[in-house]
Amino acid sequence: MAFLRVSWRRHLPLGLLALFLVVFLTGCSPEGYPQSTLSPKGDFAELVDAVFMKTVWWATVIFILVEGALLYAVFKFRGKPDDPEPKQVHGSTVVEIIWTVIPAAVLAFVAVPTVQTIFRTAEIPAESPDGQQPLKVEVIGHQWWWEFRYPELGIITANELHVPVGRTVDLRMKTVDVLHSFWTPQFAGKRDVFPNRETRLWFTAQESGSYPGACAEFCGLQHGKMLFLVVASAPAEFDAWVAQRMQDSVTVAPTPVADSTAAEALPTTLAVDPLVAEGEKLFTAKACAGCHSLKAVGGPAVMVGPNLGGIGSRQMIAAGWMKNTDENLKHWIQNPQEVKEGVLMRGYTLSDAEAEALVAFLRTKQ
Amino acid sequence: MTTTTATLDQHGHEADHAAHHTSLPIDNRKLAIWVFIGSECMFFATLISTFLVYAGQSLKGPFPKDIFEVPLVTAGTAVLLFSSFFVVMALDGAQKGDRKKLLTWLSLTVMCGVFFAGMQVYEFYHFYHLGLGYTTNLFSASFYTLTGFHGAHVVLGTLWLGTLLKDAIKGRIPPKKSLNLEMAALYWHFVDVVWIIIFPVVYLMQLRS
Amino acid sequence: MATTVLEPTRTASLARRSVIVDWLTTVDHKKIGIMYGAWAFIFFIIGGIEALIIRTQLARPEATLVSPDFYNQLFTMHGTTMIFLAVMPLSAMFFNFFVPLLIGARDVAFPRLNAMSLWVFVLGGLFLNASFLFGTAPNGGWFGYAPLSGRQYSPGPHMDFWVLGLQILGIASLAAGVNFFTTILNMRARGMTLMRMPMFVWTTLITQVLVLLSFPVITVALILLMADRLFGSGFFVTAMGGDPMLWQHLFWVFGHPEVYILILPAFGIISEILPVFSRKPLFGYSAMVFSSAFIAFLGFGVWSHHMFSTGMGPLADSFFSLATMLIAIPTGVKIFNWIGTIWGGSLQFKTPLYFALGFIAMFIMGGLSGVMHAVAPADLQQTDTYFVVAHFHYVLFGGSILALTAGAYYWWPKMFGKMLSERLGKLHFWTTMIGFNLTFFPMHFAGLLGMPRRVYTYPSGLGFDVYNMMATVGAFFLAGSILVFIWNVIVTWRSGERAPADPWNGATLEWTIPSPPPMWNFTDEPVVAGKDPVWTLKREAGTRTLPEPVAGDGRGIHMPGPSWWPLVVSIGILSFFVGFMFDKPWAFPFGPVTIVGFLLTTFGTFKWAYEAPDAHATNH
Repeated sequence: MAFLRVSWRRHLPLGLLALFLVVFLTGCSPEGYPQSTLSPKGDFAELVDAVFMKTVWWATVIFILVEGALLYAVFKFRGKPDDPEPKQVHGSTVVEIIWTVIPAAVLAFVAVPTVQTIFRTAEIPAESPDGQQPLKVEVIGHQWWWEFRYPELGIITANELHVPVGRTVDLRMKTVDVLHSFWTPQFAGKRDVFPNRETRLWFTAQESGSYPGACAEFCGLQHGKMLFLVVASAPAEFDAWVAQRMQDSVTVAPTPVADSTAAEALPTTLAVDPLVAEGEKLFTAKACAGCHSLKAVGGPAVMVGPNLGGIGSRQMIAAGWMKNTDENLKHWIQNPQEVKEGVLMRGYTLSDAEAEALVAFLRTKQ
Repeated sequence: MTTTTATLDQHGHEADHAAHHTSLPIDNRKLAIWVFIGSECMFFATLISTFLVYAGQSLKGPFPKDIFEVPLVTAGTAVLLFSSFFVVMALDGAQKGDRKKLLTWLSLTVMCGVFFAGMQVYEFYHFYHLGLGYTTNLFSASFYTLTGFHGAHVVLGTLWLGTLLKDAIKGRIPPKKSLNLEMAALYWHFVDVVWIIIFPVVYLMQLRS
Repeated sequence: MATTVLEPTRTASLARRSVIVDWLTTVDHKKIGIMYGAWAFIFFIIGGIEALIIRTQLARPEATLVSPDFYNQLFTMHGTTMIFLAVMPLSAMFFNFFVPLLIGARDVAFPRLNAMSLWVFVLGGLFLNASFLFGTAPNGGWFGYAPLSGRQYSPGPHMDFWVLGLQILGIASLAAGVNFFTTILNMRARGMTLMRMPMFVWTTLITQVLVLLSFPVITVALILLMADRLFGSGFFVTAMGGDPMLWQHLFWVFGHPEVYILILPAFGIISEILPVFSRKPLFGYSAMVFSSAFIAFLGFGVWSHHMFSTGMGPLADSFFSLATMLIAIPTGVKIFNWIGTIWGGSLQFKTPLYFALGFIAMFIMGGLSGVMHAVAPADLQQTDTYFVVAHFHYVLFGGSILALTAGAYYWWPKMFGKMLSERLGKLHFWTTMIGFNLTFFPMHFAGLLGMPRRVYTYPSGLGFDVYNMMATVGAFFLAGSILVFIWNVIVTWRSGERAPADPWNGATLEWTIPSPPPMWNFTDEPVVAGKDPVWTLKREAGTRTLPEPVAGDGRGIHMPGPSWWPLVVSIGILSFFVGFMFDKPWAFPFGPVTIVGFLLTTFGTFKWAYEAPDAHATNH
């Protein structure tokens, strides 16, 4: 940025152009910029990117011409105090018409693709590129986390949206409290969520990977920590994820094991680490179960807290804020208000041993 | 500086401003009232829009059809309409220096204002006892807000006209000061016109909702 | 007051008191203008300090300098302050001081109403900022989106301060709107037809139209929100059938014209400065007038471009996209005409010209990123990101503030009779430019790389870190440039060169009278025969400097006297609104403080009405 300090006026236009180019080149490489709007990984974002880039190039041309003219005039028409009065020009109708018409024409070049893109992005495709029906997902905003429901699969999950590569996702969105905005820059633009009406958005992921997203409408105290991940995976992997959710939900019957004979009949449960068993007990005893369901499928329809089915295998916790390590998870359940002041999960007195047991238990929920 | 102010001030009270030049053939104060009315149009347009956006959106009653008393409001509307005519007559009296005419019609105008405000107080009281509190539903909140602000304008206008009536009785509105009344009259016409919109939009059009 | 202040002699005490009384009761548009400027500058500094705390918090990822709640208070108050308490009143300073001078009038149409506008603004601004003393500053964003701004999600007095404070400030703006609209239409010197008015007067006039038509809308919106918060109605409560979208529409029907309220006066200032320092008339005067009017007109038809992400549907999106793009045409005309003005001129590189040229350079960039937002699909990526933050700081700081600074350097000699230092002025300019671009240019990248706005912190690893650090460094540099300005004022105040009546070879009427002007402005009411009347005068006299005018003693000129009632009414208005906050325990929605305020306002208004009337406003 040295040019900004030295002789700003002379180098600005070229410098800006160079900076623009640099950012586009770097922005196009997803490494280091996983939330970039400039490296689309889905069709919706690609459409947006195309019209945006068109606008940027026009803007760059106009920028160079107009700032160039300004700079030229500034250097060319320097005067001294005792110079004679310059020619008194009051205007020129011809020139003024020209510089009204030309920008209007340039705008037309921007306006046409804009309207085309508006209509193309507004229409939710009836069929995915892979020939299937789009996958329906209900997105529900909460202060300050995201709930995702797959009505066709019966799955409820939170803060980590799993989508198959190549299949269009049809998002139907609302909120249970204040406005939020669902934004996953590499796949699509933002869409606000409202408490009293459903908004729609769609995209088709083109490459597998984990893509961060964020709430983009100010929603109160922890707006800054209302993040999420979109995990795009090959269809087979996605199916495996779905199957895992189903299986998990069946084996985690909430009823505690009552008698030893029944327990013996289930050797898998018996083989469980005592720490995990302790954690499972604590999950109910410490009232975790009051707000959180462990069943991604077939659990209660409405829960106050995020669904924890598969929490053990999620990449992030606390709505995308921390990596899901044992240490972080322990810290989070022991000190939620320290990590994220104001969340509904108040502090519970959990000894280190209890917290570790809970972590061990939650870790089993793959 | 203060001394200068004081000196100039003495001139100020006695000086004759009649010669003061205005760029447009309209007195500053009259122009200002027109500008103010223009701004007020946006105020009421927004309130009326809000009422219309929420018309029929209330989740529970009472609804307009349950409680509106059209005959009463029609009477109020008529009174307000007439008062606009009365104030024109009063202004004519003021401009011609016809003291009797001025006092007669201005008193009638003020009485109309008082009647209308009274009608509205009665109406609100009546509605309240039928279970329509301010926060009962969207209809009640938007209705009371809109008509309440209109009512406040009526009260303000009545106070203004009443003050002028007091001045007129004391003989303080000679023809060359008739502008004082003209401004109040302009404002009064505006308040009247707003009601002419509110009456059909809020009352007549909502009778079935 | 005299009893509590110990003074060496009684006369000194009296003199001291009368200076205070003089300023509290003045109806002189110039003193009112200076007070507007002084208070606005104080609020500007407060808003700037808020910005510095914000930038310090965001300098590094995952920082914990401030709590999330305090951060939300900071950015809400930063936006509210800069818009309503800094840029608008700084413009009002120039309206007040210079519109009467530019049109050759001795005062505004309603001098006491003008004083009331000032005091309502000052008290409203103090009220809003007083919320910090209780630790309950507004925290729901300057846009106060429902339902977050409602009772359920924003309990406590935070947003009450905002709802009531903005209503108070709205009264000040509306009163000033009526006043300046009337003044400009009706108080022009003989011969000054509309199409001979200086451009700053034109943009002021158009700004007042925008104020008069848009402020009632936000007033109603605030009343509805206040009813929801304080009385329990459900205008924006979905459980009662209310619709948060109504708030957004009402807010932006006001909010977008507000953008032009902030920038049009800046356009006017630039259009005054460029001709003087190019020594060449404004290029395409009529086009400048009509483009300003067209911008204002279009400004009322584009509000929903703030709402593309709400999913209004392709037809509405297309309409608002295209309407927004249209604004680029008259705005482009302005920029080209400014370049046309300096083209072929004899540029005199004084500080005002530096800032004016800086304004054009920066405003072009803000304008171009604005067109990018008009592209609705692109806006879906950009809205509520730092790209937007960069955009509107390029138009509001790079635009409005640079132009207001240019105006300050240009008109300072006239206002205070002292020249500001050119050396420090140029230092101020370069530090501003470096600091400004270092602060806001990187925000474009942060936004495009996915950084949302209004977040109190961000995780590392998303690539925002370096841009945020640059912006923070730039912000402190920018703060330093403001200190250079303050230093310039202090130094020249003490020992600066005395300003002549016409230091810049000006074209407009204010340069024909002494610096600072006498209370009555013009000893002889001027008569105008064309645009740039003072240039014509000098050309006819064959000189570049007219003889230094003499103020005289103003004998025979009558001016309106001072009055306490504007201040009394302002206090009444403040009390009326404040009452709604503190009287809540009462069963009735309002209580004694509100009633006292109402009575005080009514009483003050009556006393005002029966006081010796405004000199210009009556013919008795």
